[in-house]
Amino acid sequence: MSGLRLAAGRARLENRVFWRNPTAAFFTIVFPLVFLLVADVALAGPLGGRGQAARFYTPSIMAFGLITACYTSLAMGVVLAREAGTLKRLRGTPLPTWAYVAGRIGQPLFVAALLATLIGLYGALVHGLTVPLERLPLLLVALTAGALSFSALGLAITAAVPNAGAAPAFINATILPLLLISDVLVPLDQGVLATIAGLFPVRHLTDALRAAYDPTAALAAGEGTSSILVVGAWGLAGLFVALRSFSWSPRG
Amino acid sequence: MQGLTKRYGRREVVRNLDLVVQAGTVFALLGPNGAGKTSTIEILEGYRERTSGEVEVLGEDPARGHRAWRERVGIMLQEGGVEPYLTVGEVLAATRSYYRRPRSQDGLLQAVALTGEDDTPVRRLSAGQRRRLELALAVCGSPEMLFLDEPTLGFDPAARRAAWRWIRELAAEGTTVLLTTNVMEEAGALADRLAILVDGVVVAEGTPAEVVGGGVSKTVIRFRLGDPAFRLPHDLLDARVMVGSDGLVELHTEEPVRSLHQLTEWALEQDIGLRGLSVTSRSLEEAYLELVDTARQ
Repeated sequence: MSGLRLAAGRARLENRVFWRNPTAAFFTIVFPLVFLLVADVALAGPLGGRGQAARFYTPSIMAFGLITACYTSLAMGVVLAREAGTLKRLRGTPLPTWAYVAGRIGQPLFVAALLATLIGLYGALVHGLTVPLERLPLLLVALTAGALSFSALGLAITAAVPNAGAAPAFINATILPLLLISDVLVPLDQGVLATIAGLFPVRHLTDALRAAYDPTAALAAGEGTSSILVVGAWGLAGLFVALRSFSWSPRG
Repeated sequence: MQGLTKRYGRREVVRNLDLVVQAGTVFALLGPNGAGKTSTIEILEGYRERTSGEVEVLGEDPARGHRAWRERVGIMLQEGGVEPYLTVGEVLAATRSYYRRPRSQDGLLQAVALTGEDDTPVRRLSAGQRRRLELALAVCGSPEMLFLDEPTLGFDPAARRAAWRWIRELAAEGTTVLLTTNVMEEAGALADRLAILVDGVVVAEGTPAEVVGGGVSKTVIRFRLGDPAFRLPHDLLDARVMVGSDGLVELHTEEPVRSLHQLTEWALEQDIGLRGLSVTSRSLEEAYLELVDTARQ
């Protein structure tokens, strides 16, 4: 069977594994949606009205959902599969490495697309929030680049995780602080923390999505594009690390 | 495989190992836990890199194992690695799709007595069933070379015998099999040749019969003495005598007829019953334990 079909088959299998594991599916899908509803209620006051608030957090939660699916959930899944010896077993078959990796990344892409659609629809139907037609390509490119890059980073972080018990600590410790300082859930646009956040891809993904949603704000479309480039650069770095130090066997 | 050495840090787990497995035969690698069996088999499977030595599997260096080579090799790992949330049928179908000439799904299920379990999630299988599925997965690409790392661990006796029968059938079809085990009966039932590995060194190699015959004492006489205070006759002390604290006596002898005669003559004279008297030729297990013991001293 050709490599592409094998990769597609792997993505289908990974997808089944994802949906059949209730905890993983619950946290990845339901968490961002709960945040969306909480933000809807909690941020309306501080951000000056529900419409204004929705304009802030709709792209935020989109970024958050994408990161949960592509980075957190992917990295957890890979570490668990590694610890269970699944990666080792597959390594012993003729399945090409790239087909496995492509299938592995394909699965969160699907979940991220689903989440983005749900969140976008919520914004549109509840708050009448739409993306201007000329910014639609920016939104789609930002989502695609973001999903691929965070998946690559998710694969890369697994190299640092010693075992499944340590996985939540490693994965959350790398992503939660960034989510907090990157203007995602908490508005934070200035100061030292914002400058630090500017070095990392979370802030840039959020900026790009926000630029797509908010043509009137200070962010220009050009800024969205440069943010996508930063996210992509992080993704390439992640891919490089993943290819160099990815581990197929359980660690002792 | 020539002069294979594997070192972790300063610890040598495999030392200068030479092994040849003839095509179409079953070779068993025996040894206590930590003897270097898994290290050796995983080097041959291409999972680990060797420190030094020459290794060739199906004419290629497994460390470079590319896709075409993997196509010809089947591997059953010591620890499973089957996705728990998939069903038996899904895992088997997926793994079959990685090979160009897979065996039929039904035939595989039948061979490991999992017919009708297609829709059972892997996590609902018993430990023995899961292990059987792993055996089917290793065989599903019709490999020329089959590696089995402690294949029947956790099998019930009936399943174990069925698995042995299947492995023998595969060998009869021309599959070369290399297995590790610490179940002596398994090596005796399956292997054309075997090697006993202790601390990374081969201490015995040959057919099962050669290995059993290779030790010093070949027959074991066992009985219980009602009163441990009885002194055995001096002539008998030619044999190796071991007296357990529970009164069980074991005589290891190279001359079973003479020893038995001396023993029964003495027992008749003294009017002592030899409860549970048994005479057995040394089993592979005893030969193995003795070899491991000697090697460790």
